[in-house]
Amino acid sequence: MPIPGPALTARIEPNATAPELIRNFCIIAHIDHGKSTLADRMLQLTGVVQSRDMRAQYLDRMDIERERGITVKSQAVRMPWATADSDGVETPHALNMIDTPGHVDFTYEVSRSLAACEGAVLLVDAAQGIEAQTLANLYLAMENDLEIIPVLNKIDLPAAQPEKYAEELANLVGGDPADVLKVSGKTGEGVEALLDRIVERVPAPVGDADAQPRAMIFDSVYDTYRGVVTYVRVVDGDLSPRERIQMMSTRATHELLEIGVISPEPYKTKGLGVGEVGYLITGVKDVRQSKVGDTVTNAAKPADEPLGGYDDPKPMVFSGLYPIDGSDYPTLRDALDKLKLNDAALNYEPETSVALGFGFRVGFLGLLHLEIVRERLEREFDLDLISTAPNVVYDVTLEDGTEVKVTNPSEFPGGKIREVREPVVKATVLTPSEFVGAVMGLCTDRRGQMEGMDYLSEDRVELRYTLPLAEIVFDFFDNLKSRTRGYASLDYDATGDQAADLVKVDILLQGEQVDAFSAIVHKDAAYEYGVRMTAKLKEIIPRQQFEVPIQAAVGARVIARETVRAIRKDVLAKCYGGDISRKRKLLEKQKEGKKRMKNIGSVEVPKEAFISALSSDAGGAKESKDKKK
Amino acid sequence: MPALPDGEPVPDDGTLPAWVAPAAADAAGERPFGVYVHVPFCSVRCGYCDFNTYTAAELGGGASQSQYASTALDEVALAARVLDGAGLGSRPVSTVFFGGGTPTMLPAEDLARVVRGIERTWGLADGAEVTTEANPDSVTPESLRVLADAGFTRVSFGMQSAVPHVLATLERTHDPRRIPDVVAWARDAGLGVSLDLIYGTPGESPADWRASVESALATGVDHVSAYALVVEPGTKMHAQVRRGQLTLPDEDDQAAKYELADDLLTAAGLGWYEVSNWARGPEHACRHNLAYWRGDDWWGIGPGAHSYVSAGRGAAGEHAGVRWWNVKHPRRYAALLAEGRSPGAGRELLTAEEAHLERVMLGVRLREGLDLAVLDDAGRRAVAGLVARELLDGVAALRGRAVLTRRGRLLADAVVRELTA
Repeated sequence: MPIPGPALTARIEPNATAPELIRNFCIIAHIDHGKSTLADRMLQLTGVVQSRDMRAQYLDRMDIERERGITVKSQAVRMPWATADSDGVETPHALNMIDTPGHVDFTYEVSRSLAACEGAVLLVDAAQGIEAQTLANLYLAMENDLEIIPVLNKIDLPAAQPEKYAEELANLVGGDPADVLKVSGKTGEGVEALLDRIVERVPAPVGDADAQPRAMIFDSVYDTYRGVVTYVRVVDGDLSPRERIQMMSTRATHELLEIGVISPEPYKTKGLGVGEVGYLITGVKDVRQSKVGDTVTNAAKPADEPLGGYDDPKPMVFSGLYPIDGSDYPTLRDALDKLKLNDAALNYEPETSVALGFGFRVGFLGLLHLEIVRERLEREFDLDLISTAPNVVYDVTLEDGTEVKVTNPSEFPGGKIREVREPVVKATVLTPSEFVGAVMGLCTDRRGQMEGMDYLSEDRVELRYTLPLAEIVFDFFDNLKSRTRGYASLDYDATGDQAADLVKVDILLQGEQVDAFSAIVHKDAAYEYGVRMTAKLKEIIPRQQFEVPIQAAVGARVIARETVRAIRKDVLAKCYGGDISRKRKLLEKQKEGKKRMKNIGSVEVPKEAFISALSSDAGGAKESKDKKK
Repeated sequence: MPALPDGEPVPDDGTLPAWVAPAAADAAGERPFGVYVHVPFCSVRCGYCDFNTYTAAELGGGASQSQYASTALDEVALAARVLDGAGLGSRPVSTVFFGGGTPTMLPAEDLARVVRGIERTWGLADGAEVTTEANPDSVTPESLRVLADAGFTRVSFGMQSAVPHVLATLERTHDPRRIPDVVAWARDAGLGVSLDLIYGTPGESPADWRASVESALATGVDHVSAYALVVEPGTKMHAQVRRGQLTLPDEDDQAAKYELADDLLTAAGLGWYEVSNWARGPEHACRHNLAYWRGDDWWGIGPGAHSYVSAGRGAAGEHAGVRWWNVKHPRRYAALLAEGRSPGAGRELLTAEEAHLERVMLGVRLREGLDLAVLDDAGRRAVAGLVARELLDGVAALRGRAVLTRRGRLLADAVVRELTA
């Protein structure tokens, strides 16, 4: 129940709340399973947001998140909630809801958010059942020893099958299907019971109040006005305003300008004690100075050991980003610089392409990360961009033992190569059992190694594969969706690398290499790639005054060839008096178009042609992995 | 039909910009003056046609064919006032051309009245050329004789093809067997004759095209125009192609047909004098069309007609000429003239740069070629490469002219782009 009076409220003031009154929890859910709506309802029920202030999905700050229904940046909200025991004695609690990113690309961020909690609400759409990615996060939560509270959402939907999916959840987390809570974030049904259940089941945080302070950063967000806002969970000791703090991974020190909690707007407090969750402001401008997973301590009396689990984000997928209008290059550079302030995982360096001009090679955590960055660049900075087909990082060892890291196919070394290693992932696919064959076929085509298969329920199967990451970043998800009529879901996690028989296929126009189309592919797929790309380019390269051969080559060996025949006619047959203005304007337009031509050797190609080839080719990959069904 | 260009409004009274220099500033023979008369009537509309023309059914009331000659003469009177006002009223007319539509939908006497009106207004220059387009099925020996008596010197027949299935696709209604007769009648009446042909019609084989060219030549004509079929948006044929009912031949087919026509016509003694026009000697060339390509002045009478007046040598300022175009619909056209207003719908004031592009674009299409001195530095630098790629004639270039080779004629637009890069 909402806190009934000021006496109880006093017991849960920030910096003065006994750890046993604190509950730190997160919600694990698939993107469209209603997490934000449920969170909104909790904010309302606990009284931290008045109904009239409510806007849909209060916690998702960015437009892009609101529209896509996904949460990129986690936040933490402190909510008061009272429970009464059998004697009617009321106890106040401070509930910290830590909103986790829901997506596989952000596994590391998810793991840090989970590490800040003692419990997790496993929220599943009662009409859809659990999805692969939720399963992955559930595994993470269980590894972190979190108390799991299974909940079925959207029970108001006509298509809901609460009994069926309660059974599925009970099977997964152990326990009785009857214990699975049934709620509707939309109507609010069952949400009070859920809040009570959280208080009842989630363990209170435990820490040493007298030890040197240690707080774990689980998120870090750049704010235009405040600089970086760092979200922490205090494990030991306490933090207070004006003290000097140290980031343990870098030893960098900062003055703590402000400390506080969010409820749901930030408010300053006198500090944060054991088990509490809140934010810090130090005035730094770049999220890289406040890294997720790092431990904050007191600079004067630092802790001996950082909290475990810190890791630097590693880009897994690379793509070239180019402005469609070359004069937008400086805007793109400034935009990336700005996004970087808020995205510790974003890496980029300038790159030049013969076909596409000036741009950047950008490293991403995964495909969704790529898509989000691209969309933010286009939306917030009004840029039109073209991205090259995403690729992974290869470790190439030459015959002489030299090792080369390749993040761009055009850097793939020529000459004698001893070994090429590529990243591999452990992929989990959940699919209705009728599509098992189709999914297995796809995974086999993509060089997958089956690791296991389990029935989650009678008609739902979990397939586990080891797959080269490169095979996933290229239209795998679209293929999976189309082969399973949209029912399968996918999750993957990097597990290491493997040696593979990989070659670089170059595309040549009249003997000149077109960098944007080089690709690193498995030897067995080289021919197919070569045939496909040469055929595609043949369609879009305008005929020139001479014949233009289009070749695909592995090293010096040509594996596919098409020819664009020479143009024979480029003249308007009739030109009478009434037609002169029109014809002149046509020529002016053609001349304008010529300025947008790129020269590959002596072949003139409209930039649009490259863009269209890349767009259709990267089409599968461009689609974000987990768009709503 | 193509939309009119965007432009600024034409003054109500049609006055030319003040910067147009009077003819008094010209050297002798500079800025010759021609008149085009658009006759916007056809008995049926052909599927490929995008010209500004109307069938009686389409037109309805308000702009009847019987009134048309009088309305056109109203515009002649307006033109006379405007040109007088600009100091350009003294030039006799070198060429008159009646196009359409189907000018011969009008009684020959109506066409004759318009010619007489033009002659009365400005006078016809010595040896003036007066041409009309004609549909082979809309003339008789008598009507052709009336035209010749009224001062017409030339007739251009829309033959298009000798092959019935090609004519059917084009929705041409005339009987191809009539062609030798109408040519003979016209020649008997003392008229020069040209035949228009179209190549690249869906379904036309190379043999069909050869048959058409050979049939045209068999009549002994002295002038042939051969145009590749262009399917313009908005035409019935465009819709048929879009729906897949007709398949357009590719450009290679058109190029091959162009070359075949050029071979056959040249062998028969008709040399090219413009990309799409062949004549048995310069005296048979269409001088009215040459005037367009050389940038001379002309007044276009009739709905949708374009006119052009160059600024003249004596002009000061940045403008090189003015082009305007009339409202398209015959009813609106007639109404404006009835109110004593200019039927001009819009005009463009050509900058030196635009005029330069037009000059190169039009001049290079001619056998006489373009004076290389006209080109800017970049254009002159492009000449060597165009000669090397056999698009421009090397000997002519040495003599100071840009003249297209046959390969160059087929790629003339590319040549223009390079010469004006």
